[in-house]
Amino acid sequence: MPLINKESVKKRMGSRIAANGFAKFLFILATCFSLLILGVLIYRILSEGLPYLSLDFITNFASRMPERAGIWAALLGTIWIMAVTAPVSFILGVGTAIYLEEYAKKNAFTKFIQINISNLAGVPSIVFGLLGLTIFVRLMGLGSSVLAGGLTMSLLILPVIVVASQEAIRTVPREIREASFGMGATKWQTIRRIVFPAALPGILTGTILALSRAVGETAPLLVLGALAYVAFVPENLFSQFTVLPIQLYNWTSRPQEDFHMLAASGIIILMIILLIMNSIAVFIRNKFHKRF
Amino acid sequence: MVSIDKTNQKSIRSMIQENKSSRSQSAVMEKVVPKIFLICAIISIFTTIGIVFTLLTETFTFFNRISIVEFITNTRWFPFTSDENADFGIIALIMGTLTVTAIAMVVAIPVGLAVAIYLSEYASAKTRKVIKPILEVLAGIPTIVYGFFALTFVTPLLDKVIPGGISIFNALSPGIVVGIMIIPMIASLSEDAMNAVPNSMREGALALGATRFEVAMKVVLPAALSGVIASFVLGISRAIGETMIVTIAGGSRPTADINVTESIQTMTAYIVQVSQGDTGYGTTIYYSIYAVGMTLFVFTLIMNLLAQFISRKFREEY
Repeated sequence: MPLINKESVKKRMGSRIAANGFAKFLFILATCFSLLILGVLIYRILSEGLPYLSLDFITNFASRMPERAGIWAALLGTIWIMAVTAPVSFILGVGTAIYLEEYAKKNAFTKFIQINISNLAGVPSIVFGLLGLTIFVRLMGLGSSVLAGGLTMSLLILPVIVVASQEAIRTVPREIREASFGMGATKWQTIRRIVFPAALPGILTGTILALSRAVGETAPLLVLGALAYVAFVPENLFSQFTVLPIQLYNWTSRPQEDFHMLAASGIIILMIILLIMNSIAVFIRNKFHKRF
Repeated sequence: MVSIDKTNQKSIRSMIQENKSSRSQSAVMEKVVPKIFLICAIISIFTTIGIVFTLLTETFTFFNRISIVEFITNTRWFPFTSDENADFGIIALIMGTLTVTAIAMVVAIPVGLAVAIYLSEYASAKTRKVIKPILEVLAGIPTIVYGFFALTFVTPLLDKVIPGGISIFNALSPGIVVGIMIIPMIASLSEDAMNAVPNSMREGALALGATRFEVAMKVVLPAALSGVIASFVLGISRAIGETMIVTIAGGSRPTADINVTESIQTMTAYIVQVSQGDTGYGTTIYYSIYAVGMTLFVFTLIMNLLAQFISRKFREEY
């Protein structure tokens, strides 16, 4: 009597291999589905948005008439917000990261900060809007201004920048720090001249990616009271403003088909901005990233 | 005449002094700089305190006007009316949020997990190199774009497919699109978890005659389960907090009934609706957005802590 019944093994093997093949087919199908969605999304936006896309569309203000409407105010609003958010979030984020990686002792307080940051990353963006509305707009009396919006956005992307910067600082090897200490440099000199420059590409990549998230973010600024219809550009930090995603939301929520096409045109501009930012981030990562 | 070169002497003295002062300067820097960075780090704590404090105080004011019992037990949310007739029952908004989240998870969990298994168990390194950046692009698309996609593409499509049609604002379309938005997140987090499973375990199973599918299902997935489940929970948290897609495509009719083809309202969409309107500061409606925000915050916080707990507690170490 043979120990192994080859026939039955063969029989079972066939079905197992078939199951494997079928499962593989399903997994590939799911992956293709995700890629297909991206394709459909891009195709839809291009086919709806291209007709209205022109230089006038970029340089005109919003208008009740679709053929004369443009995104100038929103575009400049976005730039103003970024002009506040970028330096504030960069300084605070990198400062926090340097503190946690270089200075902080391994104690309960440090652990608390770390847990706190990872939890902040999971707070819905609209809750940050409520925070900004209460603290910046009402309590500090900034109103629905560029400054209030930019500060709110800074707090929103702060956890992302901190985590990215921490990872970048961690990749700087111990040897070159010790070499610097060995030459008689102080801790701050080592951080400023050795660690920070070495970690800078990684920090910049993380910061730009975080900022590109802020560019596309709508909800917190809506809650903050950013205007939906603006026919002027912000003049200073205390001007009222609108941003690109809010302008797009405004057009999308109108029933007329023409405004939907305008929204699609605006989305093309928004996506181009994000594409440029992401390309810069990838470029910095590939070009300046040192492997130790 | 012998002129004494005083300038030279001075300069040596001043050099010493400069050196001294720069040393004391750098000593000061050594003490001050860490404090500055500490302040940066503390600001993140203040952010959390600010969020909790803001939500708590304003919610407290709200509960002074509307009893907390009514808030939790009433099933109708109907604030835009005279004060006596207004209903503030959070259940209606929670049901809207949960409906959308459930639909999103029905889409995102199977597809996201399948993509993760394909990438970690089947795909070649080359394929992975192509697909992963594309998924990152999908993850980086702003939610306003997804909202536009839901309203102008998915809803009309569903209207054609579903017999009897579908109203222009409904739960199904934003649910599906939120799911699509979360696919890359679940896929990449789950794939990370599966990649952490050592190859020796796969090879052991393959050597015993297991097919790749059996390896994935009976060896890799159980070993990576904590990370995979944590990714699902994080996905749920993301779906609960998602705002623009549900605001654009979900409508503004809060209801505790579950009918996915009809208009609903989520917690996030309500907050946007109020802040878009001309509600005055200090009205009950104004305070209600904080009560809703508090509920939202608690929901997502629980989910995030749960995800951290799962991935820490049930992690299998190799």
